[in-house]
Amino acid sequence: MKELWSITLATLAKDIRLEWRSKDALNSMLFFSLLVVVIFSFSFDPLAEESRHIVGGLIWVAFLFAAVVALNQTWARELRNQVLDAYRVSPAPANALFLAKALGNFLFVSVLEALMTPLFVIFYNLHVLGPAWQLIPIAVLGTWALVVNGTFFAAMSVRTRSREIMLPLLLFPVSIPAVLGMVAGTTAVLTGDNPAHFYIVLLLTYDVVFTTACLALFGTILHAE
Amino acid sequence: MKRAFPLLAVLSLILLAYASYRALVVAPTDALQGEVYRIIYYHVPSAWTAFLLFFINFIASVEYLAEAKASTRSAGKWVAIGVGVAGAGVAFLVPMPAGIRPSAIATTMLAIPAAYLLIGKYFPGEKLDVLAVTAAEVGVVFCTIVLVTGPLWARPVWGIWWAPGDIRLTSTLVMWLIYVSYLMLRRLSNSAQTQTLAAALAVFGALDVPLVYFSIWFFRTQHPQPVIGGGGSMDPRMLDTLMLSWTAFLFFGFLVCWARYRLELMRRKVEEAQALQSLMDDTTEPAQARYRRNAS
Repeated sequence: MKELWSITLATLAKDIRLEWRSKDALNSMLFFSLLVVVIFSFSFDPLAEESRHIVGGLIWVAFLFAAVVALNQTWARELRNQVLDAYRVSPAPANALFLAKALGNFLFVSVLEALMTPLFVIFYNLHVLGPAWQLIPIAVLGTWALVVNGTFFAAMSVRTRSREIMLPLLLFPVSIPAVLGMVAGTTAVLTGDNPAHFYIVLLLTYDVVFTTACLALFGTILHAE
Repeated sequence: MKRAFPLLAVLSLILLAYASYRALVVAPTDALQGEVYRIIYYHVPSAWTAFLLFFINFIASVEYLAEAKASTRSAGKWVAIGVGVAGAGVAFLVPMPAGIRPSAIATTMLAIPAAYLLIGKYFPGEKLDVLAVTAAEVGVVFCTIVLVTGPLWARPVWGIWWAPGDIRLTSTLVMWLIYVSYLMLRRLSNSAQTQTLAAALAVFGALDVPLVYFSIWFFRTQHPQPVIGGGGSMDPRMLDTLMLSWTAFLFFGFLVCWARYRLELMRRKVEEAQALQSLMDDTTEPAQARYRRNAS
């Protein structure tokens, strides 16, 4: 157990260092979601009241698309110089690698969300009517839901012929309940019409189920020959 | 296969034709919906067949993953038996929502270990994966029929083509999306790892469907409640026709699966033989030149 965490932290530290120096994933995600925000704001020109109803959907769709950009780079980075093959033959537990990658992606997408949310507030004149603190568990659980499955499916799609296209094709169908939970939960908090507790429980269930499934199956995926 | 298949194909055609005759001519007209309701004889049997095939795909995929390692082989078997027995017990202990009989749930739960053991016995090793891809492909076809016939019926009866947020519609659509992505993965990945990756995706898909169901369960559902096993009432002549129709669809589905299964087995045999051939060939002639020479 201790070994698992030390390897996880070492890999995570390496990924953060790489990202800090190159800023590849963050820059492309940030610019991409900025474009989405701008295009959405041209496409819909809502009043403050309407925007409360639609912005939950817009914001999560933007983050979902942007997250795919980062997720695609997760494993592609390890293909150069056969690093992934080296991982495969090393005695390090496969789940340590998975956890490090998932935590890294969680961190990057969270940074993106922290930077982009103010922009949404500005562009759409948002004013939260419900209990705003509930947005934090929704964001944390929702981001983890996207990232944990995304990291897993990215490991799968990196083995296919058309990698970049394959990831959203695999990730989006399975993510539908999570996206529904995030969007409906955010809208519930923004409008204050109904409580968001149900969606938080839904996201928590989704996270527990799929984190378990990812950890149980990642070794098989990594070593699949 | 050579002799039995055409015979069975003709039989299936006759059965389908007779079921259609019963559905379109013999069965009485619905008191409320009129003639439109007759699409039920295509919609419901397709849905049942599709769900059955997706269930087979799930079991075969889990078994394929479990069979890969000696340590998980017997564990998989015991987990399946445990899930079946525990599920059947829970069905009787926990109060069920109105209209759902505990015995129906218990039978469904016990079908899990039964299917697991039977499939494991008759489809050992690589054949599990062949079975999984067959079931998924044919299942997607039947699920497409469900998704097409549903709106055709809904438009005149509900006044809308599609009810977003409806529990059955959404979960069927998501299931369809998941299995289409499963087939895409199989198409686009490298041959050596496809089996394992696809099996893992099938497990994810199967975990997802209950969550989709759960995520929208409190929405008011538009879809009519199930009439079989749900305590609903249906004219016995309609029920007979529905069952006949399902038999015809199952028979046809079985035939298509059989053909697809054989095709996939043969395709793999050919691939294997080709790979072996290229290993045996000790010529240093480039493959392209050899191909051109053989072709001419």
